[in-house]
Amino acid sequence: MIALFLRDLKLAMRAGGGALIGVLFFMTVVAVVPFAVGPDLNLLSRIGPAILWIGALLASLLGLDRLFQAEREDGSLDLMLMQEMPLVLTVLVKCLAHWAATGLPLVIAAPLLGLFMNMSEIAIGATMLTLLVGTPAITFIGASGAAVAVTLPRGGLLVSILVLPLAIPVLIFGVSAAYAAVHDPAPFLPPLLILIAITLFFAVIGPLAAALALRSASD
Amino acid sequence: MSENSLAIRKFSDLANPTRFLALAGRVLPWFAGLTVLLFAIGLYLSFTTEGDYQQGETVRIMYVHVPAAWLSMMCYSVMALSALGTLVWRHPLADVAVRAAAPIGASFTFLALVTGSLWGKPMWGTWWVWDARLTSVFVLFLMYLGLIALNRAMDEPGKAAKVSAVLILVGFVNIPIIKFSVEWWNTLHQPASVLRLGGSAIDPEFLAPLLVMAVAFTMLFFTLHIAAMRNEIWRRRVTSMRRQAARSAGREV
Amino acid sequence: MPISLAVEDLSAKRGEDLIFHDISFVLEAGQALIVTGPNGSGKSTLLRVLAGLLAAETGKVQIKGAVPDIGHPRELCHYLGHHNAMKRELTVQENLSFWKSFMGDSAGGSGIGIEAATEALGLGGISHLPFGYLSAGQQRRMAMAKLLVAYRPVWILDEPTAALDAAADRLFAGLVERHLRTGGIAIAATHQPLGVAAQELRMTGFAGVGDVV
Repeated sequence: MIALFLRDLKLAMRAGGGALIGVLFFMTVVAVVPFAVGPDLNLLSRIGPAILWIGALLASLLGLDRLFQAEREDGSLDLMLMQEMPLVLTVLVKCLAHWAATGLPLVIAAPLLGLFMNMSEIAIGATMLTLLVGTPAITFIGASGAAVAVTLPRGGLLVSILVLPLAIPVLIFGVSAAYAAVHDPAPFLPPLLILIAITLFFAVIGPLAAALALRSASD
Repeated sequence: MSENSLAIRKFSDLANPTRFLALAGRVLPWFAGLTVLLFAIGLYLSFTTEGDYQQGETVRIMYVHVPAAWLSMMCYSVMALSALGTLVWRHPLADVAVRAAAPIGASFTFLALVTGSLWGKPMWGTWWVWDARLTSVFVLFLMYLGLIALNRAMDEPGKAAKVSAVLILVGFVNIPIIKFSVEWWNTLHQPASVLRLGGSAIDPEFLAPLLVMAVAFTMLFFTLHIAAMRNEIWRRRVTSMRRQAARSAGREV
Repeated sequence: MPISLAVEDLSAKRGEDLIFHDISFVLEAGQALIVTGPNGSGKSTLLRVLAGLLAAETGKVQIKGAVPDIGHPRELCHYLGHHNAMKRELTVQENLSFWKSFMGDSAGGSGIGIEAATEALGLGGISHLPFGYLSAGQQRRMAMAKLLVAYRPVWILDEPTAALDAAADRLFAGLVERHLRTGGIAIAATHQPLGVAAQELRMTGFAGVGDVV
């Protein structure tokens, strides 16, 4: 299991891996927003958490379609399907590795982009925390979408379309928790706890669904 | 026509990788030494000259910030020239120069952004404003990162060279347009608060350390660039030797 | 306890088409089966069904004598398909050590070291190179090294020697032979003779297929 985790991390870091691309995409998306809405700092700081969340959501969808497709193309998926190791566990570990390689850098880059958005320290901290607990959920949901689309030759866009609606709850509670930290009357903890609950829930459902889809997609 | 081709042949003769390695080996210690010396003088001057009566000590950030920002643009120009060299003259070293310059340029740009925002916090009360000049530097930074990502994504250097050369030139042509549109965009939205640095003439008191630092940074760039080019050539040789090893393995079975 | 592989009345569909039906055979420990037949006769499909990657329409595949009891016969099988299941970006060493620790060993044997496995395929000393640097034949041989680093009693091989030269062919035949001598079972779909004594299953490409010769 650790071997699989390390292998996927290595693949993401090596030439052509997706780790760098994800962060870059995140930065670019967030950086483009002020050009569209104007350089008004007050406005930017108000919409900052939402922009960061949307950027992170799109960026974490970016490499998802390759999660199983790359394994399928070179035949590795066949061997993974044959092992004594439950497929659910294999999928879970692959998701964790994918998140560590693409999701975690987004969380780390978020404060920097928060400064660009003129967000306050509290808002930056809260957004970072919600991204930390929320982005794994996107990966888990995305894994099931990636597994469904694994046999399709051009599944990349389809994965995004399949996954985005499913990720809406994550977005809702992530952004509302981040806002609650800044605006006093709204409580911060309940949306954060719900976000954690969603992540844990999808940590179970996502790999289960993905494993099921991979088994039936094999041909 | 024939004259032209002769000149090119000589030019590429000079750029033979092996001879470049020999030259780099001889030049590098001198460049490095000169860089250290200039930095010693520049930093000494930067910390001994008077602070600005308005900005206080923070004005010293300028001595790092301005040269870094200048280098970030010069580095892109060097890359654009090299890209031209790759596409037009198929110069063997041009592509090496591009590859080596991109991370250095990104570092200088990053340094300019960081020092700028450290300077901005006490001056403007915020880490970042979407001022026209800052924004164009940030866009430049994104372009550098994109180029690095492109270089990393292609495992065949020969193919990557042409593609990234095209991209660099498109970017280079685009820079004035970006600069212009960003300025237009910003002034359209908030004409009053556009912050300009160095709008007034710079006092000679500041000018001396600034110039020395600028030369020091330029030397630093060339030192790093030559060293990085040397590493890139070595890296390619190692790669081709490894491919050679792979080909010759298992022959005797 | 020696194992045996029993296949009973196996049939499989791809889409709506019946590819083959009523295939039965038994392989005892130390025996090999070669599946031959023209293109499209269902050799690969048969092997994928045996490897548990495709569901059989009817019939079953059983491995008898396995201790301890296993969940599914595929867990005792190596499958060497058309693709090598190796990553171009990683070195041979990284690829093989990943599969070695990910697959583990089945009961009753243990895989050999990575360097020893590459030696056995005549490619010692280059395992530090990225897999993508190797030629097609070398890549195929390195993929075969997977068979050695993790122990499985049953080898399922789909066109194993397609990209190999004659020398590597003989080398591989030697490995299969050694596997059989130690009580293993091998099933290979191939056009060329494998170089080991084996039964032959001829697929004719029509429904109604498959005579064990």
